Amino acid sequence: MTELDEATRLTTQPAPVQQPRRGDPFGPLRLGWRQLTSMRTALLLLFLLALASVPGGFLPQTSLNPIRVDQYIREHRTLGPLLDRLQLFDVFSSTWFSAIYLLLFISLVGCLVPRTRLHLKALLTKPPKVPRSLAKLPVSERWESDADVDTALAQARSALRGWRVVRRGDELSAEKGYLRETGNLVFHLSLVLLLVGIAIGAFRGFKGTVLVVEGRGFSNTIASYDDVHPGRRFSPASLVPFSVDLKDFRATYGDDGKALTFNADVSWSKLGGTPKGYDVRVNHPLAVDGAKLYLIGHGYAPHILVKDADGTVLDDAPVPCLPQDPQFLSTCVIKQPSTKGKQVGFRGVFTPTTVTDEGGRVGSAYPGPKNPALTLTAFVGNLGIDSGIPQSVYTLETKSMTPVDNGQARALLPGQSWKLPTGVTLTYVDTREWATFQVTQDPGKLLALIASVGMVAGLMLSLFVRRRRLWVRAGGGPGEPTTVQVGGLARTDPDRFASEFAAITARMRE
Amino acid sequence: MPDKGLGQLSDGLLFTAVVVYALAMLGYAGEQASRKARRAVTAVRAESRVLLGAGGPPVSAPAVPVVTERPSRAGRIALVLTLGGWLVHATSLVLRGFAAGRVPWGNMFEFSSAVALVAVTAFLLLVGRGAVERSLGAFVMLPVVLYLGLASSVLYTEAGPLVPALNSYWIKIHVAAAVVASGSFLLSGVIALLYLLRSRYDAGVEARKSPRFPVSLGAQLPSAPVLDRVSYSVIAFAFPVWTFAIIAGAIWAEAAWGRYWGWDPKETWSFITWVLYAGYLHARATAGWKGRKAAWVAVAAAVALVIDYYVVNIFVVGLHSYA
Ligand code: HEM
Repeated sequence: MTELDEATRLTTQPAPVQQPRRGDPFGPLRLGWRQLTSMRTALLLLFLLALASVPGGFLPQTSLNPIRVDQYIREHRTLGPLLDRLQLFDVFSSTWFSAIYLLLFISLVGCLVPRTRLHLKALLTKPPKVPRSLAKLPVSERWESDADVDTALAQARSALRGWRVVRRGDELSAEKGYLRETGNLVFHLSLVLLLVGIAIGAFRGFKGTVLVVEGRGFSNTIASYDDVHPGRRFSPASLVPFSVDLKDFRATYGDDGKALTFNADVSWSKLGGTPKGYDVRVNHPLAVDGAKLYLIGHGYAPHILVKDADGTVLDDAPVPCLPQDPQFLSTCVIKQPSTKGKQVGFRGVFTPTTVTDEGGRVGSAYPGPKNPALTLTAFVGNLGIDSGIPQSVYTLETKSMTPVDNGQARALLPGQSWKLPTGVTLTYVDTREWATFQVTQDPGKLLALIASVGMVAGLMLSLFVRRRRLWVRAGGGPGEPTTVQVGGLARTDPDRFASEFAAITARMRE
Repeated sequence: MPDKGLGQLSDGLLFTAVVVYALAMLGYAGEQASRKARRAVTAVRAESRVLLGAGGPPVSAPAVPVVTERPSRAGRIALVLTLGGWLVHATSLVLRGFAAGRVPWGNMFEFSSAVALVAVTAFLLLVGRGAVERSLGAFVMLPVVLYLGLASSVLYTEAGPLVPALNSYWIKIHVAAAVVASGSFLLSGVIALLYLLRSRYDAGVEARKSPRFPVSLGAQLPSAPVLDRVSYSVIAFAFPVWTFAIIAGAIWAEAAWGRYWGWDPKETWSFITWVLYAGYLHARATAGWKGRKAAWVAVAAAVALVIDYYVVNIFVVGLHSYA
């Protein structure tokens, strides 16, 4: 590197890759590493990262919506399975996506280490020596002064307030804006920390969802959840011990049926602690130590009472129904295996605001419970529960059952009952609501947040601080006027530097 | 509850603003046309001097009328119109907020209007700081007018309340930052395109070819280095804001959905946009990538941004309940 190059380097960015010395046994290795940590490779990998994300922005993704992925594969007989083989429905956990970002981060770390060392050195050493020819710099000026060399340099120095200035002989070297490079390094370092934070969350985090009917509760243990997503290195012992009861759930809707608010009024307590109340809403989760509880869904659970022919109460509980449309027409299944005679089962359709069309089919006209009804189809026979094949609580296996009333459905209003030919009576007592909660624990979250703050702060420094250097040389023999030469350069914004330079030299000449 | 009268007033003002912007655009174009005429006169004069000097036959006075050298009145009027249009536009947005009883960036229509307002603001600031000539306005106002026109005809939504997930103070922060960044990014995208046009024009002139439309428009543009620098400085401003917008969005998502990042299509496209702008900033520091290649990256990033807002909102199913 020439002396001028050295003096005018205002960045720690890696130099373009050069061939290693001949005869170096590690030559190819060294070359490869330099290639990987070069600006050009970083740029290429950034573009690849953007390109690789594109299919994730158009195609359905398993992590978001497995049902739509299945549907897509079914609808595209040849293309679907091919895309699946290429992991295009799991872009962000695919081998190729991971390869790109891992390479990018290896490149980043490999580039950061020498850059940080170089920058620390720059921070600790004085601004570089004056280049021989100041006139070759982007801006320069020279003039003659009546003052002697020392006075001229002192005056020049006082015009450089806020700069780091060093005098060597009859020369001054000055520099300003080190924070630019510092900010840039902080930004890149924060990128690495962010990735670490994300990785901690992915490996040690936990996510579970559970459906809770009003009046019931659950505790934060793996067994309580309907659906769990533990990280690969998650240990159940790290689950925060607490329990939650859903006292009341309320949803309000506008006249057009659009949801306005959701509130889940819960009471929660830590193991052995006193219960406290909390209002869980969208955007307002309950935080217990490292765990957070979110309200993510809701629906209706008609409370039913089932009595056997002899009057024994077989069931007295709310049955959660799953919403099927925006007006909350919901479906559920009631199974009654412990009857004395034949087993009975019901398919239910719950409608909060019930309307009936000409064909006699029920529907719901509004999501709020203005006119709730439970429309049931009954079956008697064998539920098949004892066959050993696990069954979902939301499906009814009617292979070995016969429909009652030829499968004719019967609508019940709250308080109404239906007595089946076998003597079993079902009463629709009243309506409760249920909420689904998601509990997440993400131990990497805080690190990710800190890294994000570092990114923004680093970026602002890196993009708004201007790094610049300026040199002064004074000379002249005894009896001659003193010649002052000044030259400088800036990393960015040459126009602004030119006017700053003009202002500084004007002050130096005063 | 939404106020119908205020909403209608706001719509009327937006329409007025679009008309005023369109008039401003004509003004800027008029200024350019008069400059072109002036340039022609100078060229003829220079030619006649050459001929005289060469001892050729005497030449009569140039046939083209002489244009005075003082700054074009059309340009000044255009700038005043832009300022006026900006005021009307801003008022329309504020009234929209009052009409709906919330911040006026709750759906795609309002969002587009706010983004356009930011782009015009950024342009006015650039002109005010002397970073670009105001006549660039002809090329800036055209996309603004088209964009606003399209937004108010296709995306129009009446002022109304928000769905519960959007009802958070993080929306104000997240979306406000996204609006500011997007308006600036779109402006920088337009300037990057103009830079590409200008450098094509320069290359044509260098090769002694007379460029055809639209490259010939390059003659009306500021010099390539100026356009390059301005588009960079706008991106350098917008990039940290965009970064912050994404982070604020992640904080909001954490509160609303229980995860700060989930590769929802909208998140994916803001990520792609972010990576492309990071690529642009990198490219400008990489040997062999400065200039036209970097400008193409800026254009690609702006396209990703448009996909993020319009294509994803309208065609791709996700959690973000806009539209
Ligand atoms: C993880 C992906 C990366 C992202 C998102 C990223 C992003 C950025 C951004 C936004 C800037 C602009 C800030 C400024 O102009 O000061 C920048 C600058 C820079 N980046 Fe990266 N970067 C990444 C990886 C890398 C890698 C792997 C290297 C090493 C080769 C690198 C080296 C640099 C350098 C040297 C600069 C400063 C350029 C200058 O001197 O102006 N970056 N980066």
